Amino acid sequence: MRDVVTGAPGILDVSGLSIARNGKALLDVPHLCLDGPGPTLILGPNGAGKSLLLRCLHGLIQPDRGRVCQNGAVLNARHKARQAMVFQSPVLLRRSVAANLDFVLKRRSMPRAERKHRIESLLDEGGLGGKARQPARSLSGGEAQRLAILRALALDPETLFLDEPTSALDPSATQMIERMILRASERGVRIVMVTHDIGQARRLASDIVMMQAGRVVEHGKAMQVLEAPESDESRRYLAGGLVT
Amino acid sequence: MQSFASEFNQAISLILNGDAELWAIVLLSLRVSVFAVLISAVIGMPVGAALAVARFPGRRALIILMNALMGLPPVVVGLLVYLMLSRSGPLGVLELLYTPTAMIIAQVVLVTPIMAALTRQVVEMLAEEYSEQLRSLGVSRLASVPVLLWDARLALVTALLAGFGRAIAEVGAVIIVGGNINHVTRVMTTTIALETSKGNLAMALALGVILIGLAVAVNAMVSALTLRAEREGLRHA
Ligand SMILES: Nc1ncnc2c1ncn2[C@@H]1O[C@H](COP(=O)(O)OP(=O)(O)OP(=O)(O)O)[C@@H](O)[C@H]1O
Ligand SMILES: [Mg+2]
Repeated sequence: MRDVVTGAPGILDVSGLSIARNGKALLDVPHLCLDGPGPTLILGPNGAGKSLLLRCLHGLIQPDRGRVCQNGAVLNARHKARQAMVFQSPVLLRRSVAANLDFVLKRRSMPRAERKHRIESLLDEGGLGGKARQPARSLSGGEAQRLAILRALALDPETLFLDEPTSALDPSATQMIERMILRASERGVRIVMVTHDIGQARRLASDIVMMQAGRVVEHGKAMQVLEAPESDESRRYLAGGLVT
Repeated sequence: MQSFASEFNQAISLILNGDAELWAIVLLSLRVSVFAVLISAVIGMPVGAALAVARFPGRRALIILMNALMGLPPVVVGLLVYLMLSRSGPLGVLELLYTPTAMIIAQVVLVTPIMAALTRQVVEMLAEEYSEQLRSLGVSRLASVPVLLWDARLALVTALLAGFGRAIAEVGAVIIVGGNINHVTRVMTTTIALETSKGNLAMALALGVILIGLAVAVNAMVSALTLRAEREGLRHA
């Protein structure tokens, strides 16, 4: 158990990060420090590089240049083992809903009885209580997204990356997921999350990273970025977001 | 035509009356082919999965070779296994020629490449889909093999049935290494060839009917499995 007040949350430090394909810069982040402890929300238009940045932070892709550090040390296998990620289009195993959760709990070598118990409480928490035996691939889009989030939480991560986790959810499911995310955050889990929902950013974020065309155009306290954005790009994005 | 009708009636009564010789032949066929397919699966599936997941120089060439082996003419396989097992061959001391074991070996040689190639195809597609998710969950390349095999289980059972279909219907290889010896190595296909040439059409027809029935049953199982896979993956195919 980590102490929420004094324990150091996973500080993520990015320096000189760049990825280019076919002569086009997809990601160019000279410096970015995500030091929490509250949820970090990443906003920006389609193709801005948000998912790419998450992949780099999670160590899934090796950038062409630059590096990612966690708590001052270059991201290593031990860090990655304590990170979890919910992908923009989650991949569920071709097994039952319960087996998808059991898969990650087994990897944490949890004893059988405890796993069973944990699966039940996770499914209840995510509103999938009656669906334990259903093939995961037959879930609806929103149910699948919820299961993917539950599976990530089952890993009991220190850092949780979420790539638009509520994009396919109805308002009440969104609320349920937001509560789960906030609870995790209060337990000391570092949350880094991509969203297109400005209201969601307002509800969850302690700091906001605004991205555009592979660059971080603004990073600051949530209220400040939302109420008084400094960059033209942020202003335009937020204005567009308010219209819809 | 009248003679065909009477031969056919005779064939049906052979089947229905449980003709001992007929059913002994059917059982031997099943035994040989089921064994051969299981052995092929044990060899072929891990090889196919490894080829799908591992990255090493020469991998492409191996895949091409494996695909080529899939189309091996059965008589050539029969000839090669014959040469291996014959008295002067490298495995001659085992005295396996003209035994059911020799037939199993020949069918294993025929079916293993099919098993490996189909497994490689299925697992490679799945691996592509799962790769980032599994890496995120901390599953290494090697550890992902059993995960992928299990999640491809429906397609792999289909491959198993396809292999069985090929094995049970095959005649060229087993007749060479088995010798078609009465009560010892006579299976459905080789008996059909022999009895037809002897003019004993009733027996040949009876076995033909059973062989077709098996083929239909295998295909029905394949399509039932495919249907089930489709239904489960309806939304996220
Ligand atoms: N392997 C690749 N090869 C070429 N271009 C790529 C590759 N991967 C990503 N890109 C490009 O990088 C850009 C950023 O992609 P990314 O997925 O990070 O966008 P995003 O900000 O998450 O957008 P969205 O809001 O639509 O999810 C896109 O223009 C995409 O086409
Ligand atoms: Mg994205």
